[in-house]
Amino acid sequence: MNSSVDHLSPTTSSARFSLPSKPTPGLKPNIYERNLNKTRLSEVSAASLSFLFSEIVQYTQKRVSGINDLERRLNTLGYRVGTRVLELTAYRAEFSSKAPKREIRLLPALMAIHTQVWRAVYGRPADAIEKSVENVDEYMIIDNDPLIERHISVPRDLSGLSCSSFSAGIVEAVLDGLGFPARVTAHHTPTATHPTRATILIKFEKSVLDREDILK
Amino acid sequence: MAIFGLWVINKAGGLVYQRNFADGLAQLTSNEYLVLAGTLHGIHAITSRLSPIPGQSSGAQVIEGETFKINVLLTLTGTKFILLTSPAEPASTIDVLLQKIYSIYAEKVMQNPFHTPEMPIRSEAFDVSLGALIG
Repeated sequence: MNSSVDHLSPTTSSARFSLPSKPTPGLKPNIYERNLNKTRLSEVSAASLSFLFSEIVQYTQKRVSGINDLERRLNTLGYRVGTRVLELTAYRAEFSSKAPKREIRLLPALMAIHTQVWRAVYGRPADAIEKSVENVDEYMIIDNDPLIERHISVPRDLSGLSCSSFSAGIVEAVLDGLGFPARVTAHHTPTATHPTRATILIKFEKSVLDREDILK
Repeated sequence: MAIFGLWVINKAGGLVYQRNFADGLAQLTSNEYLVLAGTLHGIHAITSRLSPIPGQSSGAQVIEGETFKINVLLTLTGTKFILLTSPAEPASTIDVLLQKIYSIYAEKVMQNPFHTPEMPIRSEAFDVSLGALIG
């Protein structure tokens, strides 16, 4: 009499582990198989992005104790997006331009973030780049109307919170990837004309400034 | 020809937003506003079950008095937008205005992570956008 556990053995079982089958012709390929260069101009609706980001903020808020912790967690989430943004923009730059350049100096790297990264993520370049007068290692990128914060109204008991910490995380990841380690934070700096204006403060590590001095 | 005020009532009948734009309405305490909103919610529920012709009824959409007009927009989710206007205000502008208010609500209130659904609306962006729309 055969053992009754034979049907459980992986070699006799007819239900095997199987890989997903190739897409049948005529059906759209799944998202991982789409050509990255053809999708560079595809867009997502702003409402979907707002709802997703709103849920991200709510999810994070349930798990933190204060404003600083919330900003730090949003920064971490943005960091994970930033590493992928850097890879994707570098890959697409290779295909589109004849001589793609890698930024190795400080100011061109900041300009690349200000225009290309912002355009890749938010569809338009950021509004200003500034150099701090008090500290030589601090730079600021300013966005007058951050897309993710457009519909957010921070309540009074959380005043000072800047949800652009998510964008700060993206910037920090891109800088780390390019070889410019820094601490990046976001601050809510409203003006009369731009009530949602955000400033992303970049504080470079000493090694970056020393290297810039040597290369000068 | 004036817009006197806006009320927003959640699906349970509680008042979540109340704002006066032009003078012309009596000043009421917040408790009285809550009572009025609850009453209106009940009346709307009753009228949506009554209909002189067989079939579905949408519930009361306009309630007119001598000095005012109450316009009701019932959304698919059960939220009601009540616009209090002068009797002379044309219906077409009111419909357009109510739709615009609904779309501002969908953006500034629903996409705000710090707003709990069905709770009173405390959103500066909502207030500012309404002010820009109605004045």
